[in-house]
Order: sequence, then structure tokens, then C-alpha cells
Amino acid sequence: MTVVTHSASPRRAAYVPSADLVKDVLAGRAIAIARMISRAEEGYPEAAAALAELYRLGGKAHVIGITGVPGAGKSTLVSALIKAYAAGGHKVGVIAVDPSSPYSGGAILGDRVRMSETAAAGGAFVRSMATRGHLGGLTRATLQAVDVLDAAGYDPVIIETVGVGQDEVEVVTAAHTVVVLSAPGLGDDIQAIKAGILEIADIHAVSKCDKPEAAATVSALRGMLALGGERPGSRRAPPVLPVSAVSGERIGELKDAIGAHWAHLNESGERAERQRAMGRTRILGTARHLFQQKFQEAPETLERQIRAVAERRMDPAVAARALLGWEETP
Amino acid sequence: MHDANPAGESLSTGPADAPDTIRVLVAKLGLDGHDRGAKVVARILRDAGMEVVYTGLYKTPKDVVQAAIQEDVDVIGVSLLSGSHVPLFRELGRCLREEGAGHILVVAGGVIPEQDYPALLEGGVDAIVPQEARSDLIVTTITDLVTARGRI
Repeated sequence: MTVVTHSASPRRAAYVPSADLVKDVLAGRAIAIARMISRAEEGYPEAAAALAELYRLGGKAHVIGITGVPGAGKSTLVSALIKAYAAGGHKVGVIAVDPSSPYSGGAILGDRVRMSETAAAGGAFVRSMATRGHLGGLTRATLQAVDVLDAAGYDPVIIETVGVGQDEVEVVTAAHTVVVLSAPGLGDDIQAIKAGILEIADIHAVSKCDKPEAAATVSALRGMLALGGERPGSRRAPPVLPVSAVSGERIGELKDAIGAHWAHLNESGERAERQRAMGRTRILGTARHLFQQKFQEAPETLERQIRAVAERRMDPAVAARALLGWEETP
Repeated sequence: MHDANPAGESLSTGPADAPDTIRVLVAKLGLDGHDRGAKVVARILRDAGMEVVYTGLYKTPKDVVQAAIQEDVDVIGVSLLSGSHVPLFRELGRCLREEGAGHILVVAGGVIPEQDYPALLEGGVDAIVPQEARSDLIVTTITDLVTARGRI
């Protein structure tokens, strides 16, 4: 077997209490911001008070969600948006989500490959997160990470979801403005009238507009919207914008459309409605997580119920109620 | 990893003995376009349950340090086959110190002649994995280093 050469003295590092990180986060120090996000992600109880303080101090940033199928060009688009916002003097925060392996729990987070050049130039903060088993296109701690960036003064904060299928619409209650990015050549106009992802857009963008098929995708989306396309609770029909992130073509128009949507939310009072929806989802999502955590703390009880359900001595609904303590365990 | 836990309680959401997920940034430095090895290592670490941030080719030490800080990785793993490992790792170590990011560990791999090991270790590299290393050796090297450093 080969030998690994180590340095003589292994490196040690001290644990910095989360309460001490808060002022560094507020001062915009990257190490503190990054570590606070990790603690939210790992769910340290010790970090809860600090995260609560940052939540109270946040709420200024425009949160933009970018979603779309794998390979649509989300990361490349985010990179182009970073550049456009940085040119206007904005400090952009980005949370880029990639999937975790359902088997090993590991992940390859590759969104940065397409962003590092602009991130370094524009003073942006780009953080990759793995889904860690969370479904819906985001991660459990995505919104806490947004809170941290928001409190640190990043505005806008862009959330790039995992490459989604047709149904991962969680971003709709995570962002003020949702941009659904469609790639040309992936389907006909029946795809465009299906339920799900296309319904949640505040803005439709069609990537790779330098390709000839892009025009067909744009017209399929416009055809869908002609049948009534604004998202429920929204009083504004979403525009359809062809863009090319690689050439930078029409990225400025997309940025303007995102800005116009933000202005609309603020003027119409819709922003408050969205914030209520976000609050609701977060409370319920956190409650669900706390329940799961609680069940995992008593694995033998859960194991007993699983056996009973597998052997058909109990039905799953009764087992779930018993787990919650709402039903006598038989 | 729990030995650095100040409160002496489980900080994690999972079972009490579950350590934090190890995050690694896999990088290529300088003018070195051979990323097959880096991608294989990324895959090995992924399959060992780690989260691997891949940054792509032709990065400067400064870019890599900035990315490593934002991503809050435990380890930077750099693969180099270009022969310019000594100055590049020295610069990487300097950037880490300058940014106050001494808690981030550095593991070197690729084609590195043994006579250069002392210079790399002196320049801030924590471990050197030779090119003939098997996958489990790469994994345990990283796990051991992170465990020795403790939770931050």
C-alpha cells in the first residue's frame, strides 16, 4: 500500500460560537457568512438563536428563484445575471442547489464551474448546497441560507434550484420572483399546457435563443399564456423572454423584467401576500422536519410500526397517527 | 469529530453519533487541462458520502481560496500534473493565511515527485496522496485530517 505523507503537526481549529459569528455576518465577512450557512445546513441547535437574530434583521433583499430542467442553462444564466447586477453596483448572493446521491448521501456540486469567473469579478457570494434527501427542488436550509445572505447585505439573492422535472415547484414559496427557464427543442406545445412547473412562473425565459428552435418554444409558451397564464394570486401576466446567456444577448431585458416584477410586487401589495405564503411554508416545513427528527430519536418505536405495517397488522395511516401520539398503539 | 464540540452535546440533526457532512473543493490550478483524475477523485469522494464542489479548470490560487471560503469546505483537494506544483501550492498556502482561512486543509495529488514533498508540506499542504493511491486511501486521508482538525 502506498504511503500518504502528512505534515508533522495536524492542523487544529477552534469552534467559534454562533453568537460570535453574528456581527461578522452583518459586517459581510465571507468566512462567518459561509460558516453560518453550514451550521443552518447541519441543523446545530447552538446556531438557532443566531439564525433567529439574522432572520429578524433581514427582509430587505429581493429573492429571485431560477428554475428549469437539467441542462436548460440555469447556472450559465445566473452567471450572466451576476455580471449584469454587479455592473449596476449590486452585491449578488447566490444559492445554487444540486442533488445529493440517494445512496451515499454525497454530491457533486458543479454549478460553480459556470460561475466562478463572474463571481470573482463581481464581489458576489456563491454557495452550493446539496439537497440531502429533500425533495421539491430546494434543500431544507435553503431559506436559512437566504436569510444569512440577506442580513449580510446581499441584494438580490438568487436561488438556483436543482434541475427540475415537471412538479418540483417549492421555489414558488421561497422567492419573490420566479423565473422559469425553458430550453428550446425539448417538447411540443402539449408540454406547455401541462400543469406544474410552467404555471409558477412570474417570468418565462427561453435559453439558447441563438438556436433556431428557440422561436418555436417562445411561441408555444406565448400560446399557453394566451389561454390565461398568470399564476394564481398574481395579477400580472408573465412575459416570455428569449435570452442567450453565453452571448449575453437580452440578459439586460431579463434583468429589467425581474426589476419590473419586483416593482409590481411592491406597488400592488402583492409582496406582503407572498411573504405571508413564504412564512406559512417555512413554518409548516420546519414543523414537518421537527417531527421527522423526533421520530428518528426513537428508532425502536418507528421500527415496531414499520414491522407492523409491513406484515399488514396495521395500516400506515393508523401507524402514523400512533407515531404522533394521536392514537393508542395497538 | 465530536471532540471539538464545546457544549458536549450533539449538535447534529441526525443520530447523536452522526458527524457533519465533509465538504471538499476539488480544484485544478494554473495551466493544467488534465481533469480526468480530478473528476475521478470527485466521484470517489461523492460515493464516500462527501459533498464535492468542483470548480473547473485553469483557476488561480486566489480564485480557489475565495471559492473554498464561500463554500465553507473542510478540505481543498488539488490535482496537479503540470510540474508547477511547488510555486502554486506555496501561493495557495499564502492566500489561505492571508484570508484567515487556516482552518481549511489542503491535500495534494497528481504527479508530484517525492523530492518535492518537503517543500509542499512546508508551504502549507497537509497531506500528499501519491498517484498510485487506491480510492479508499484518498477517502481515509481526508476523513482522518478533518477528524484531527475537529469541528469548526
